[in-house]
Amino acid sequence: MNHLRAVYTIWYRDLLRFWHDKMRMIGSIVFPLLFLFIFGSGLSSRMGFLGPGIDFTQFMFPGIIGMTVLMSSFMAGVSVVWDREFGFLKEVLVAPISRTSVAVGKTLGSATVALPQGILILLLAPLIGVSLSVTTMLSLLPLMFLLAVSMGSLGVLLATRIKSMQAFQVVMQMLMFPMMFLSGVFFPVEGLPAWMNVLVKINPATYGIAPIRQAVLGAAPDSPFNISVLGHTMSIWDNIIVMAVFGIVMTLLAMWSFGSQD
Amino acid sequence: MSDYIITVENLVKRFDELVAVNDISFSVAPGEIFGFLGPNGAGKTTTINILCTLVKPTSGRALINGFDVVHQQSQVRQSIGLVFQDPSLDERLSGLQNLRFHALVYNVPSSVREKRIKEMLTMVELWDRRKSEVRAYSGGMKRRLELARGLLHYPKVLFLDEPTLGLDPQTRNRIWEYILELRQREGTTIFLTTHYMNEAEKADRIAIIDHGKLVAIDTPENLKTIVSKDIIWVRTDNDDRAAEELRLRYQIEARRDNNGLTFEVASGEGFLPNFIRELGTQILSVSLRRPSLDDVFLKLTGREIRQEEVSNAFKTMVRQRGRHMRH
Repeated sequence: MNHLRAVYTIWYRDLLRFWHDKMRMIGSIVFPLLFLFIFGSGLSSRMGFLGPGIDFTQFMFPGIIGMTVLMSSFMAGVSVVWDREFGFLKEVLVAPISRTSVAVGKTLGSATVALPQGILILLLAPLIGVSLSVTTMLSLLPLMFLLAVSMGSLGVLLATRIKSMQAFQVVMQMLMFPMMFLSGVFFPVEGLPAWMNVLVKINPATYGIAPIRQAVLGAAPDSPFNISVLGHTMSIWDNIIVMAVFGIVMTLLAMWSFGSQD
Repeated sequence: MSDYIITVENLVKRFDELVAVNDISFSVAPGEIFGFLGPNGAGKTTTINILCTLVKPTSGRALINGFDVVHQQSQVRQSIGLVFQDPSLDERLSGLQNLRFHALVYNVPSSVREKRIKEMLTMVELWDRRKSEVRAYSGGMKRRLELARGLLHYPKVLFLDEPTLGLDPQTRNRIWEYILELRQREGTTIFLTTHYMNEAEKADRIAIIDHGKLVAIDTPENLKTIVSKDIIWVRTDNDDRAAEELRLRYQIEARRDNNGLTFEVASGEGFLPNFIRELGTQILSVSLRRPSLDDVFLKLTGREIRQEEVSNAFKTMVRQRGRHMRH
């Protein structure tokens, strides 16, 4: 019971902070929107259809939803670094609650605040000619949450090991951006150069973006947007399983790492 | 079970080759205000971090409220409140929300939660500002909020690490009023570190730590008897010559400080008239006073003397180390 309340309290604080900071919500969807509308408008007409009746903007749209969720949950998870910098982490670390519940609460909080941002992008679907049924929209929520939990826990895990703001900058540049660019947000990931193919396939974010795209654009076995790993074409459930395993491992690592820091 | 609320036995903390805390033992009685003094890098912060379970000791044992700081962390944490020298508030939340967070993680029963939050915020005179985000608070308000927060779960022991550092005298006095009121009402034990000697005077007992070892532990009054002499400060038109004269004529080694010379004599009133008449150097200004805790501190830790011995490179290392330990 005690653990649950600790998880809840840490989670609730993230929500409160998010609510206090509505500018952050606007700020964090501007970047994805720029991609969606500027790249989409600039490139769509030249690139023609990437799949049956699907132009570049429509292709990118589910990727952009995933990218928004990925970025904001990861950033929220890594925000533990700021808590350390501004001292609040100390209040948490000397409290009579287990550190594993702090890590879980922080992961869930990061994932939760990322969702409304993804949903905001999702609501733009009619504007760019993507029609989504209510069932599709609802089915996207757990997929977005799965990606958010995985990336949130990765953020928390990294934050327990990052002690300086400089290192934090390096991690953001060297990890988050490559992870985003190599996840199939902006281009189909089949038929890439061999080196890039390897990077895309070992990038966990790929398996978080793929099911969102499959849910939005359809998951037919012959869809040109399916990804294949070692010759196996990944179904939506295959992708979900990979992402879930990654998320569970990251959460366990974050719990362990949070508990063992001093 | 012992009657002490804090018991420390042969505590040692080593960071690589640096021994930050070197075999210290002491106990604190319930309701006591216990001053813990020492120069920077002497092991104060490390000792506090061990007592509040942030750092594990290399060896030795410490009990708080009967609980072991290594094996019963949760119970120890529930028993203590902390006001750190560095702020540890969530600036993006309001004062009220900061306290609610604290009440939840410290298991304050929901039936008394709001009442107690109001009581604490009223005590530190922040009830009217409870809904403002903490980042809009002044430094003094933040420290008062931290104090209110540290007391919210009625801790048995309140750790105050430089609780009034950087605050104006008025706020300092008010914070002390709260602390003393609380001790009166709840019998809370106060574990205090401070650089202000007039604050240390408020302690029932003082421990002085240096190089990781306890060099003294006693009441402020008894400590002052260590410096049994009176203290004379003098400024002349040539302090070097005056120091030389003191050495030759009276066999007294003077210390240079505050643009003058400071030295100790057994009886100041008897010494001064002759000294003023006999000194060959012109005296510009002279003063005589009884020993203070400052003098005790200086005598026991010799902080000024050490600063000359320590090379700059080593000082930098110690400083970085100190910062690292604090995390």
